[in-house]
Amino acid sequence: MVLTAGFLDNEPMRIALSVGGGAALVCAVVGVATVMRRQAFAAHALADVSSAGGSAAYLIGVNPLLGFLAMAAAAAGIMEWADVRSARERDLLTGVVLGAGLGLAALLLYFDATVRSVGGAAVTVLFGSMFAIPAGIVPLALAVAAVALLASAIIHRPLLVSTLSADLARAQGIRVRAVALTHSVALALAVALSAMTVGAILSTALLIGPAAAALRLARRPASAVALAALIGLASTWGGTVLAYESYYWTPGRGWPVSFCIVTLIFCAYLAASWVGARAERPQVQHPSGCQGH
Amino acid sequence: MSQAAAALTVAGACVTLGGRPVLREVNFSLTAGEFCGLIGSNGSGKTTLLRAILGFVPLDQGRIELGGQGTLPGGIGYVPQKIELDPGLPLRARDVVALGLDGARLGPALPSRSRAERVEQMLAAVGASEFADRRVGLLSGGQQQRVLVAHALVRRPRLLLLDEPLANLDVRSTAEIVALLRRLSRQSGTAVLLSAHDMNPLLGAMDRVVYLASGAAVAGKADEVVRTEVLSSLYGYHVDVVRVHGRVVVVAAEAREESHAAVERDPVHTAPVP
Repeated sequence: MVLTAGFLDNEPMRIALSVGGGAALVCAVVGVATVMRRQAFAAHALADVSSAGGSAAYLIGVNPLLGFLAMAAAAAGIMEWADVRSARERDLLTGVVLGAGLGLAALLLYFDATVRSVGGAAVTVLFGSMFAIPAGIVPLALAVAAVALLASAIIHRPLLVSTLSADLARAQGIRVRAVALTHSVALALAVALSAMTVGAILSTALLIGPAAAALRLARRPASAVALAALIGLASTWGGTVLAYESYYWTPGRGWPVSFCIVTLIFCAYLAASWVGARAERPQVQHPSGCQGH
Repeated sequence: MSQAAAALTVAGACVTLGGRPVLREVNFSLTAGEFCGLIGSNGSGKTTLLRAILGFVPLDQGRIELGGQGTLPGGIGYVPQKIELDPGLPLRARDVVALGLDGARLGPALPSRSRAERVEQMLAAVGASEFADRRVGLLSGGQQQRVLVAHALVRRPRLLLLDEPLANLDVRSTAEIVALLRRLSRQSGTAVLLSAHDMNPLLGAMDRVVYLASGAAVAGKADEVVRTEVLSSLYGYHVDVVRVHGRVVVVAAEAREESHAAVERDPVHTAPVP
């Protein structure tokens, strides 16, 4: 494939690359912690609920990122505030919140189409439309990304201990609830950014996919985050460029960016699983053997 | 016992959970470097006592004091009862120990030679150097227990609490962990309080024993406490302390409604391993 020269001169393309890159980076960092804490389902629920915010934003004509942010934060707040005693209860609560959020999104998208005649809103909110991101969003998106990254960096170590065991963390003087709440806020920010790029429904792919692939390979938290960031950025930028190029494969009709990104992430996950399984094989035969090969 | 060396004082501690008294007037103290077994059946209040010492559970009455000047949060090393370490966690044994040192600090860890050396020494002290670079979730139960002990001790606490660390360990790992804990407590002056439902693996190692039954406790040297009269008075009904093949079994005189695993009804079950 020969890349079309000068794709960086294209304004929507530049916006897509910067907002997408920021989202990928934040999702990688927050995603690793989320997967380690087994909160993938909760992350997906936040994304689905945030679609109601995105739909509402189209209805009242404000920046859609604000809508995604507001609803993701509200859902994260409900799930943190609720006093759940077991993993089963948390799953049920997550499912109920997810259902209610999607129901609200259905109503708002219907109004978008009927009252405001924004017919494309549904596809944009649910599946993303990176080349249609308004330029005015870029500063807010990058600020949200910076806050999420900063929050994640600050709670990095206490969150790791809390993930090992809440009691272990408490015994060290860690404020487990405050750390979990901070992580949830970072998660809501990551989900909102991700919903803005690949769409609310697909945002789980950007959040969970690179992190899950990295965790197949990494043995240390720092390398897991670095690897997830690499996979997320490569998939997002690679997918964006592929989608741009696709206008020339099927003339006049480009392929959706979200499809290209999510497909690349899925391929990365398959490759990482394959490599990870191969790397683990000798360990099974020689449990005391050195792994540093 | 000199007051300055006291590592832990529990005086008249009472705890009620959900309207049910779980600890009734528990009294005992530990001095630096002492190795103490907290013995009792399931439901006797062992975990609650450890959690009360950690400050997780409030006392209704009485007091719990740590030795030294004031109590720093995190001044107690703690190995919880059961930690499920996911094999997929990207944490090597040495990462877990490092998190014991500065896991409460904010911000990412910057590389530091003194930190790495301290972690390396701790790994060596618990015999975990060999598997320090393996994912902690892939280690055996005994190896994970060593790593968690290192995690708890790396800050050099005055007091180390372990909740049933010998459960689910094979006979050899059990003996190794007990010997390791005793050696470390002697070397570092850390008082160790270790809960167990079976006192036998600890008999040769314990300086003291705190024996719990239905929330009441007697404390003292093992041969003072583990006696027919003392335990019968603690349980409130007659039990016999029997020594067989170098092992101690506590046998209830008659079948009882309330189950006490520490009271042996099935001596065959704890027959010494040949």
